[in-house]
Amino acid sequence: MNPFAYERASDAVRAVAAVAADPGAMFLGGGTNLVDHMRLGVAAPERLVDVTRLPFDRVEETPEGGVRIGANVRNSDLAEHPLIRTRYPMLSQALLSGASGQLRNMATTAGNLLQRTRCVYFQNVGTPCNKRRPGSGCSAIGGYTRYHAILGASEHCIAVHPSDMAVAMVALDAMVMVLGPSGERQIPLIDFHRLPGDAPERDTVLQHGELITAVMLPALPLAAHSLYRKVRDRRSFAFALVSVAAALQVRDGTIQDVRIAFGGVAHKPWRATRAEETLRGYPATPEQFARAADAELGSAQPQPGNAFKVKMLRNTLIAMLRDLAGVAG
Amino acid sequence: MDALHIAINGVALDLKKVDARTTLLDLLRDRLHLTGSKKGCDHGQCGACTVLANGRRINACLSLALAHEGDVITTIEGLAQGDTLHPMQAAFVEHDGFQCGYCTPGQICSAIGMLEEARRGQPSHVGSDGGHVELDDAEIRERMSGNLCRCGAYVNIVAAIRDVARRTSAS
Repeated sequence: MNPFAYERASDAVRAVAAVAADPGAMFLGGGTNLVDHMRLGVAAPERLVDVTRLPFDRVEETPEGGVRIGANVRNSDLAEHPLIRTRYPMLSQALLSGASGQLRNMATTAGNLLQRTRCVYFQNVGTPCNKRRPGSGCSAIGGYTRYHAILGASEHCIAVHPSDMAVAMVALDAMVMVLGPSGERQIPLIDFHRLPGDAPERDTVLQHGELITAVMLPALPLAAHSLYRKVRDRRSFAFALVSVAAALQVRDGTIQDVRIAFGGVAHKPWRATRAEETLRGYPATPEQFARAADAELGSAQPQPGNAFKVKMLRNTLIAMLRDLAGVAG
Repeated sequence: MDALHIAINGVALDLKKVDARTTLLDLLRDRLHLTGSKKGCDHGQCGACTVLANGRRINACLSLALAHEGDVITTIEGLAQGDTLHPMQAAFVEHDGFQCGYCTPGQICSAIGMLEEARRGQPSHVGSDGGHVELDDAEIRERMSGNLCRCGAYVNIVAAIRDVARRTSAS
């Protein structure tokens, strides 16, 4: 690990000013991803500003009936919070399906959003990778692609975002609260992570020095009836091959409202808007669920090593919608 | 900044010149010579380094020592009371919950942290969403998935944890 300076932030504005003014500085959260990257040589900050002591550690109801999640709330605490379990069960389920008990105790909400891909070529400094070293090439294309993207990838990068939590949050229309050198701004989570395009080194739209302070979840009554399902090679402590977060509201056999997002299949948590449009106002039948899956997955462009994901994701989505609608298979 | 105030196994320490690169695991093993916590993968994937920080189980290998200013750390060395083993240690002996023993300190610290999470009502991926957690074998295996045992002593590890969980909930 390269030498670096460590400081503990006690004031958010000063922490932001410190990192913004120093291109070699990074914020440190729970460290579960960044410390590992520093050891691997994937990241080599010259200065770490530890923001975990800043008072962003609460889960609170907002006056509008939503929930404000502090950036430093640990994944385990968020998963077990009564407001999350009762109003947004898919979020609690997503968190509990990620990582291990120890890692969930360490990982923060903001850090979870900012974790980087687990693409083996990204994490191995001995192989070319456009995300780690822009312009060096993509080793995954033509390589081992079991855990790679089928939606929204580019010729420069086919990595996926690894978070489960973010998939549920994207389905829930979450808003990311950010503090930067010139003040606060809000970024809809759906616009927070980027598709790779020709700049896969940039995972998100955050500027250097901008700090996540909270994630806001809006009041969303249909989310009380929601599920997160993760398909993986191992039953526990493994990243998703595919995952689905879904909420569904049906009245008299007709779909009133729906939220769907996919994980493990794109460079960002994938909001399935085409599938949603194919469901809203239509009958809650297995045939319509299949049409919705096909509408979303029609643009899928899998690699030779992950073509199975298209059918796996289709089947997972249809099965979940059936479960949510109480429609017999 | 290189000073660190930290309590390890009930002893308050006032450490100077802690290199920022030092992880909590390296601090414990290399500087304090508490070698019970093990370095397995050094990537947070095996759980051999699991310790309790303010009562919560964490991977000491992914945690910078300086990030633990003011924290209370318990390692495997801090569990027994004199010659009396912690109930979880005694259960691992009774149920033969290990073979080579390398993962054992992490397994035991993790199990203690896990039982506290379950007692608090923390849900799990395999469990019901209710407040009361019944620690059957599926629950124990899911909640302990961050601790690998390459000897494959899982059957006896689960038996040891189940035993302590039942005795604790009965008392």
